[in-house]
Amino acid sequence: MASIEMRNIVKQYGDGYPAVNDVSLDIADGEFMILVGPSGCGKSTLLRMIVGLEDITSGDMVIGGKRVNDLAPRERNLSMVFQNYALYPHMTVFENIAFPLRLSKTPDDEVRRRVQEASDVLELKEHLERKPANLSGGQRQRVAMGRAIVRQAEAFLFDEPLSNLDAKLRGQMRTEISRLQRRLGITTVYVTHDQTEAMTLGDRVCVLRKGKIQQVASPRELYEQPVNLFVAGFIGSPPMNFLPASLEGTTLSTPFGPIALDEQRAAAVRGRDLLLVGIRPEYFEDASLVDEAKRPLGSTFRARVDVTEWLGDSQYAYIPYEAPEAITAQLRDLSRELDSEELRTQAIVSIDSTSRIREGREAEFWLDSRKIHVFDPQTGENLTRDAEAGARLTQMATEDRVEQVEHAQSTGQTVSGQSSGPSGAHRATA
Amino acid sequence: MSSRSKVWWVVGGVLIVIYCLFPIAWIVSLSFKAPSDISNQSFLPTDPSIENYSTILTGSASDLFLPALRNSFGICLIATAISCILSMFAAYAIARLDFPGKKLILGTALAVAIFPVISIVTPLFNLWRQIGLYDTWPGLIIPYLSLTLPISIWTMSAFFREIPWEMEQAAQVDGATTWQAFRKVIVPLAAPGVFTTAIIAFFIAWNDFAYGISLTSTDASRPVPAALGLFTGASQFEDPTGAIAAAAVIVTIPVVVLVLLFQRRIVAGLTNGAVKG
Ligand SMILES: Nc1ncnc2c1ncn2[C@@H]1O[C@H](COP(=O)(O)OP(=O)(O)OP(=O)(O)O)[C@@H](O)[C@H]1O
Ligand SMILES: [Mg+2]
Repeated sequence: MASIEMRNIVKQYGDGYPAVNDVSLDIADGEFMILVGPSGCGKSTLLRMIVGLEDITSGDMVIGGKRVNDLAPRERNLSMVFQNYALYPHMTVFENIAFPLRLSKTPDDEVRRRVQEASDVLELKEHLERKPANLSGGQRQRVAMGRAIVRQAEAFLFDEPLSNLDAKLRGQMRTEISRLQRRLGITTVYVTHDQTEAMTLGDRVCVLRKGKIQQVASPRELYEQPVNLFVAGFIGSPPMNFLPASLEGTTLSTPFGPIALDEQRAAAVRGRDLLLVGIRPEYFEDASLVDEAKRPLGSTFRARVDVTEWLGDSQYAYIPYEAPEAITAQLRDLSRELDSEELRTQAIVSIDSTSRIREGREAEFWLDSRKIHVFDPQTGENLTRDAEAGARLTQMATEDRVEQVEHAQSTGQTVSGQSSGPSGAHRATA
Repeated sequence: MSSRSKVWWVVGGVLIVIYCLFPIAWIVSLSFKAPSDISNQSFLPTDPSIENYSTILTGSASDLFLPALRNSFGICLIATAISCILSMFAAYAIARLDFPGKKLILGTALAVAIFPVISIVTPLFNLWRQIGLYDTWPGLIIPYLSLTLPISIWTMSAFFREIPWEMEQAAQVDGATTWQAFRKVIVPLAAPGVFTTAIIAFFIAWNDFAYGISLTSTDASRPVPAALGLFTGASQFEDPTGAIAAAAVIVTIPVVVLVLLFQRRIVAGLTNGAVKG
């Protein structure tokens, strides 16, 4: 087990394109770090530089206190699960998992014991003698995991391991990976572009854009205190709404009426003609369903609803609005970069599923103005970010992690202590 | 597929098979005809005899045929083995590495393959005589390599390209050296390609006539196709048709055996299951 430190890592491919550009990132021992970003932003490249499959153009890669820039992959003792699993088709599942041990000349009975253990954890016991070609996608994925966990590696690296599984299996494997990582307490770097995986698995999430780090923080901090327009738009689904606005006094005037800001935030955003207000869908509500006590904390406005979507437990309404040409163009660029469907100038608002608001009618909405963010449309910078509050959120996540690892390891040991079996685990968790 | 088109496929297939196999059947039938029976105006021998076979295996033609058979086997197997090993390394480099002149190598290989054999036979004949390679095994193995290597490199690099890069990278991450990754992962996966290449290379060498007839003069290295050309009838006025037919049948047997033997190895899609479906 080891920490991974990257200092000013740059990767230029042969054609001179900087796929990774000046990335500095510290991953603590035992931490679960997620790399996210739109397609082509350099996530895989970064991961492959950690594991040693890609040369580092400049910068230092330090693993466990040792600079590894010039070490071959096999000298780094990391294990990796490839995006397409890369199982050895001519070997049985057993031999696939045992392959790293065979290479290190481990004695036979030791190999058998370790593979047995790994296959117990991954529930592959019945399949040990089969060939990968005859396995289902989820089983193959577990074989790839088995090969990674069978030896004592310094860290696990995952490159979108779940991207080709169906939704149900993906959910299952996600909890599996999370449980395993906690139990083994091994430093993990996980590449994904799936929101859910990023938010649920990671202790911290690193958002990349065109080879540059945008923000590294706990999922909560990313969600509540994004540093810029890109992170705000990338994290969250449905995405944050961005409305054009201008400041008058301490009040923002937006297509959805005036929104009052407190003095501190107003000061932070003052001095710009045009602003972008970011409001998450769930900060809206059907005004008729809002408590009288809560009402004064936000503002209300009337708008015509274009479409509503009722999903049983929740309901979304789409409200079109007018925006200046400059803003429209910028939002279009942003949504293209985020690989999301064309972001039209309409707000997606989440309303209570019991709400009687209907399509095509005018309705009254309420919006919670405490949690909105204001962005500079030119630079994309978040002008109202509360760095302290953000740091507090990430600090909380770190504490949670330490506690979870301790808990998982104390119960996990009971499970792998063969004789006491699963009943031991029950007692420990009870 | 509808049953109508299925019928047509079957009919078409049968026609093609008949078209291809008819000459072979004819040769087999010829080889069982006694010399007097050759022109019996019918497809089947009137009275099947193994006279032709005994002529070439134990009789008058055996001095010519048996050493030639031995030469052919030896020379072709050695040429095949060398060309497989060389082309394996060459193809691996071509499929995996990016080096200047890669296109040139492939292009040259192709150029060599389409270069007419007959135009280099005469210079080679003179050269071999000068340096003492005329009428020796190496004297045939070397030109056979020039025939088999280009096609071997092409087929083999096609097979290597099919093997996902990740296989090798995964092996390296698992702790393998480059050589271990090649030997334990790439070679087993490329096995069908190696066998296919071996068969093709063997056929090419086995079927050669031009080099065989011009670069040899004695039993020391004359291969079968050349020896067949030198068969004579029992008398000056008799064609050795029966004997040639029998010899042709015999030299076809190793080819058939080889294909049957390796056929099961040439399983398409051995890499199934390597990557997610
Ligand atoms: N071998 C290569 N040669 C040149 N450029 C490359 C090479 N591999 C990747 N790139 C470039 O580097 C950039 C980052 O690629 P990378 O594979 O890291 O993206 P990614 O973030 O993993 O994307 P995805 O989510 O699609 O997997 C891309 O713009 C790509 O075009
Ligand atoms: Mg990738």
